Amino acid sequence: MASDASPEAAQGGDLVRRHRLSTRIWHWINAVTLLVMLMSGLMIFNAHPRLYWGEYGANFDRPWLKIGTLQNTRTGEYSGFLQVGDERIDTTGVLGLWQDSNGRQQRYAFPSWATIPSRYSLAGARIWHLAFAWVLALGLLAYLVRSLVNGHLRRDIHITRREWSPRHLWHDVNQHARLRFPKGAAALRYNALQKLAYAGVLFVLLPLMIVTGLAMSPGTDAWAPIVTELFGGRQSARSVHFICAFLLVVFFVVHMVMVVLAGPINEVRSMITGKYRLPKEKGQ
Amino acid sequence: MSRKLILSRRTLIRTGVVGTGGLLLSGCDKLFENPTFRSVLESGEDLHKASQRALGRNALAREFSVGDMSPVFRANGSREGAGGEYRQHLAQGFANWSLKVDGLVERPLAIPLTALRQLPQRKQITRHDCVEGWSAIGQWQGPRLAHVLDLARLKPQAQYIVFHCADLYRGRPYYESIDLVDAFHPQTILAWQMNGKPLEQQHGAPLRLRVERQLGYKHAKFVTRIEARASLEGLYGGKGGYWEDQGAYAWYAGI
Repeated sequence: MASDASPEAAQGGDLVRRHRLSTRIWHWINAVTLLVMLMSGLMIFNAHPRLYWGEYGANFDRPWLKIGTLQNTRTGEYSGFLQVGDERIDTTGVLGLWQDSNGRQQRYAFPSWATIPSRYSLAGARIWHLAFAWVLALGLLAYLVRSLVNGHLRRDIHITRREWSPRHLWHDVNQHARLRFPKGAAALRYNALQKLAYAGVLFVLLPLMIVTGLAMSPGTDAWAPIVTELFGGRQSARSVHFICAFLLVVFFVVHMVMVVLAGPINEVRSMITGKYRLPKEKGQ
Repeated sequence: MSRKLILSRRTLIRTGVVGTGGLLLSGCDKLFENPTFRSVLESGEDLHKASQRALGRNALAREFSVGDMSPVFRANGSREGAGGEYRQHLAQGFANWSLKVDGLVERPLAIPLTALRQLPQRKQITRHDCVEGWSAIGQWQGPRLAHVLDLARLKPQAQYIVFHCADLYRGRPYYESIDLVDAFHPQTILAWQMNGKPLEQQHGAPLRLRVERQLGYKHAKFVTRIEARASLEGLYGGKGGYWEDQGAYAWYAGI
């Protein structure tokens, strides 16, 4: 069967067109950009590993999240910790206290394998972060405009009223939990959970990352104070920035698990060449 | 014995992750050392400045009320001025201290602190944002920098205002610079008062720059001399500020 077969007529085993060029280009630029943004962002966080709610927040104020290093007064030994509210978790080896590649003990929040640059440099991390921020923002804008024009959003991401129904959502959750993925031509359509995940990233998480990023800029706060005020202050915006970054990491992990479960070669190929082999139906 | 030879799945995954991560990271670090790549990334700063100026050239930083202020305002950078002369002025309560204004000006000045206090004053409660990520809200008072520059009358070639400071950071003199857009901004003041009291030493007594739409390191403390210049070249490291020279921090710090 020809690869350009109309999706309706396609059946399990056929190689069909799956992802548009604009989607594929944006996907990979975004993958690199988000990785750079995350890792350089973790380095920026290392400069002040505390998060607050409100407009201000510094060492004398109470953080709701903190990564740090403790010294045991009896043994003199150090340990790393993550504190959320009043809960403190020992994170020695990963956060707050870890060994660098030369075997030296380091006390920065995030370890060198998770940051760009790998060695502590707030200035360097800011150069990476703020340059790639333009790629992220302009890329997202271009992709959303293109997807609106070519119907991608309406056709593939728009969640119908039927899909919003609790019964339908529950059915999808059930199917996912049992790892029952759609077969044949049905695999070409995103189910409600997939749509929710992609719409959440496209319309909620990525825009929030950009807006909260802007809210932290003292320059932007002057000409668009509403951006900072919307989040209840600069330090709140910084907290939301961090939480959204965490949620994007969660999305990434689920995304990876799903790609592996659904057939990694077929899935990755579809995002590179655009061609996707439909999963065979039962008894086919 | 034989068990040791078998790579556990955990070790394998760990090696894989660390290996790929290491490769990626050393790749990023290498890339960053490439002058062309780095200058492309650093050109982001020009884009920030151009876009911020296009959208809000004369916009005012947000001002807060007394109730919004930080209970404790964290001091950062140098906590004290350097040298015998500074310590003497400090001991005298800066009674014989004066601010020098020179460089590309028609009328070089030495303005005593008492005279600075008698100029028309601006009082503002603003948020101080450190490049590290923390913020503190405090109240500042002092004459507008524009007023002082008008007294000295800038020559037409003047493009930058440089602030020479009395503190040494890691043994090097601190300095900062801004352009004329920020120098003549209504909220750019030479603060001698903080939270209703004369500036404490840890906050840069007797005089500190407030340039409200930029990050903390631009707000030079211990200001002793203001110099108008046509260019930043040939001044210390040539990048217009202590952190700009020492740590590759952006000169335009509005982001």
